[in-house]
Amino acid sequence: MSATADRATPAPTPAPAERSTFQKMLRQKRFVFGGIITLAVALFALFGPLFAPYGENEVVGPPYSSQGVFGTDYLGQDVLSRLMYGGTEVLIIALLATVLSTVFGTLIGVIAAYGGGWWDEVIMRLNDVLLSFPQILLALVVLTSIAQPKAWMLVVLVGLSNAPRTARIARGVALGLVSRDFVHAAEALGEKRSRVIVAEVLPNMNAPLLAEAGLRLTFSIGLVAAIGFLGITTDPSAANWGQMINENRLGLATQAWAVLAPVFVIALFTIGTNLTADGIAQVNQRGGDD
Amino acid sequence: MSTAAQEPTATRTTSGIAIEDLRIGLTARPGVDVVDDIDLVLRPGEVVGLVGESGSGKTTVGTALLGYTRAGAAIERGKILFEDKDVLGLPWQQVRQLRGEEIAYVPQDPASALNPAIRIGRQIVELMELRGLGTDESRLQGARDGLAEVGLPNDDEFLRRYSHQLSGGQVQRVALAMAFLPKPKVLVLDEPTTGLDVTTQGMVLQTMGELCRTHGVAALYVTHDLAVIANIADRVAVMYAGQIAELGDRDTIFQSPTHPYTRALLDSIPHLSQARALSGIPGRTPAPGARPSGCRFNDRCEYAIDECRAAVPELHDVTPGHSVRCIRAGEIGTWDISRGTVPDTDPDKKRDIILSLEDLGVFYGHKQVVFDVNFDLGRAEVVALVGESGSGKTTISRCVGGLHKEWTGTIAFEGNQLGHGSRKRSVDDRKRIQYIFQNPYLSLNPRLTIEQIVKRPMELFGIASGKAATERVVELLDQVALGPAVLKYQASRLSGGERQRVAIARALAAEPDVLVCDEITSALDVSVQGSIVALLESLRVSRGISMLFVTHNLALVRSIADRVQILNTGRVVESGPVVQVMESPQEEYTKRLLANSPRID
Repeated sequence: MSATADRATPAPTPAPAERSTFQKMLRQKRFVFGGIITLAVALFALFGPLFAPYGENEVVGPPYSSQGVFGTDYLGQDVLSRLMYGGTEVLIIALLATVLSTVFGTLIGVIAAYGGGWWDEVIMRLNDVLLSFPQILLALVVLTSIAQPKAWMLVVLVGLSNAPRTARIARGVALGLVSRDFVHAAEALGEKRSRVIVAEVLPNMNAPLLAEAGLRLTFSIGLVAAIGFLGITTDPSAANWGQMINENRLGLATQAWAVLAPVFVIALFTIGTNLTADGIAQVNQRGGDD
Repeated sequence: MSTAAQEPTATRTTSGIAIEDLRIGLTARPGVDVVDDIDLVLRPGEVVGLVGESGSGKTTVGTALLGYTRAGAAIERGKILFEDKDVLGLPWQQVRQLRGEEIAYVPQDPASALNPAIRIGRQIVELMELRGLGTDESRLQGARDGLAEVGLPNDDEFLRRYSHQLSGGQVQRVALAMAFLPKPKVLVLDEPTTGLDVTTQGMVLQTMGELCRTHGVAALYVTHDLAVIANIADRVAVMYAGQIAELGDRDTIFQSPTHPYTRALLDSIPHLSQARALSGIPGRTPAPGARPSGCRFNDRCEYAIDECRAAVPELHDVTPGHSVRCIRAGEIGTWDISRGTVPDTDPDKKRDIILSLEDLGVFYGHKQVVFDVNFDLGRAEVVALVGESGSGKTTISRCVGGLHKEWTGTIAFEGNQLGHGSRKRSVDDRKRIQYIFQNPYLSLNPRLTIEQIVKRPMELFGIASGKAATERVVELLDQVALGPAVLKYQASRLSGGERQRVAIARALAAEPDVLVCDEITSALDVSVQGSIVALLESLRVSRGISMLFVTHNLALVRSIADRVQILNTGRVVESGPVVQVMESPQEEYTKRLLANSPRID
């Protein structure tokens, strides 16, 4: 019978290489458009301080005057300059918080999915308890008890309040993977559990997690700005998009730009990150990468 | 091509339906055809089998009869003549009327065609309302008659069921009943029995055949399974790479196949009556756009000469009613069905037991699914576990492979009890028993390269690492007939058969003594199955590997196994050497399985 094996297949002619996930995303208008907006706002916030016409706390004229591009604020500081100074911290805190929530949430979700049974039940019910608190409330409970919050506290609080949401998504994605045969195959070989998670499960979650992270970034920006609006900042005199809205709201009727300018930037940025996340999710949904 | 030149054909009177010079192309890639040059006539009361491997375009031809193409494809040329009208030329309202009423379609997966939220009876009545059949009063009775015709119960209880409350065979027969209700003249069946157990498949096929013949329906039966075709079809069309390679009466096709492709297909199919040395067809079925010039089979054909590469051969008659698309049809000799048969394994062969199962009981939670299973496996021996779905055959294999933990009894490997689940086993046990999964599309991590996948067991068990391991990987890939070119590929770039070879290479990388093979060929084309079986056989002989082979295909058992365990609802009903069990089955259940298994011999 072995003689018949000679007729078996020679070297196969491979199917054409699949386009990589990133290449597919680049063909998505949504992704490209959102990416450009996100990048533009991020660059504006990051390099703004270098190009600002005035200093962060420099009084350039009477309060709520129309002097300069966006006028002046309640202390007579230049709104455009403060806008250019006020983004860096918001964005960096939001970004770090998103990274934290993605890492932490993914870990919780994957462990719950892979552990299954009681593990899954206990972890996810605890997760639900956290989920039932409004995000902002969770942050405020801690922040109000501290006189002067540090930037890292904001990162941790925003990150942790986002983590349960990421965990739900991560669990859902991982559930579909842990029952696949290649995970069973790794287990039958006796791979360590940690290695099964890191080498077999996680690499297959890239795209959905990226989409989720984009969405979380959107929420983080909003949350950080909201906390700023409520007057909780690391440095009360420093410019901060969220805080700017709060400071200048009394002058909304006379000098609307002092409020609208930070509102627009925040809105633009969240639209940008949201579109990007949506683009990733769509590519991912069409299931091109399998 | 101009269709105007063929105008005179409209004068003839066809009964049934005829496909003329059909060509379907891809809208995105002009000049690339999915199917080309298809001419086929379906006469009333006749079942024509359209057989081909995945990618041959058989389903495309089937749906073209309804004037339908899937998105991205378009009919570029040709006619579908039904009652002297060209279906393709009709306005869409009339085509819509025609579909279902005159030309019915039974899909591969009927469960997805039935609405899960509507009761069966209501669904059938609704169909009749849509088609304007019967009156409000008579429709319910019509539904009952339709169900009775396909051998289903038709009491109120049954009519009130939802589709998920029916078994797979019942759902398929409901779909058949619904297709037959408007009394269509043409029926297109797209692999309607794939995924059904053999006994259920036997029942559905019989029902279908009877209905077609009594109602004078012209049926096109699309399938990849030659054995099913041999049981049901009157005429057979063999498709390859979008063209009909051979067309003729069933007996002609199976007794004197003339196209090299038909012969190669038949060579790769196991028989129930005798063990065979199966062989595959080298290479893979070319995708549209990647098909060779000249005869489309020339790059895989063992008889190919230069002339075959020059021009596309015409489908020509060799005898009346038997046409072949091969220029060497007369030169390549005759074919014999007994070609490739080998003696059955000697039932009295001396055995050296390596693995034994005693009083195995398996549970899912509190539910026991396998009861008191006892059997053993000798060195360099293949034991087949055979049964229908739900018989527990895969469950048993998962216990042996360490994938299922809830069992009682003894599984002893060289006399030592194996742990429940792979994590409770010694490294040595895990290394020496390797499991190969049914579906190669799920068992390879899509993010890893083939090299990483095959190398991992070696690193894990300390067999080799680094450069030495890579060399071993190349060696193993060579053994499973894959070139070193695939090393850096991800699994998504390989075909099903190639993936399964990688999965086999991964199992071999651990240098096992026992391979547990769970239906490893059921997701693959027959020609690929042939080459995988040949590969396993050569591994058994050269390395002395023992195999536990789980399958539902009794014919395959005859060719590959030494001993067989027939399972029914978690119990072994009959066991012994393959020859003994298959030649003189003692149990009613075994006899029924054998009788219902489609056979070509």
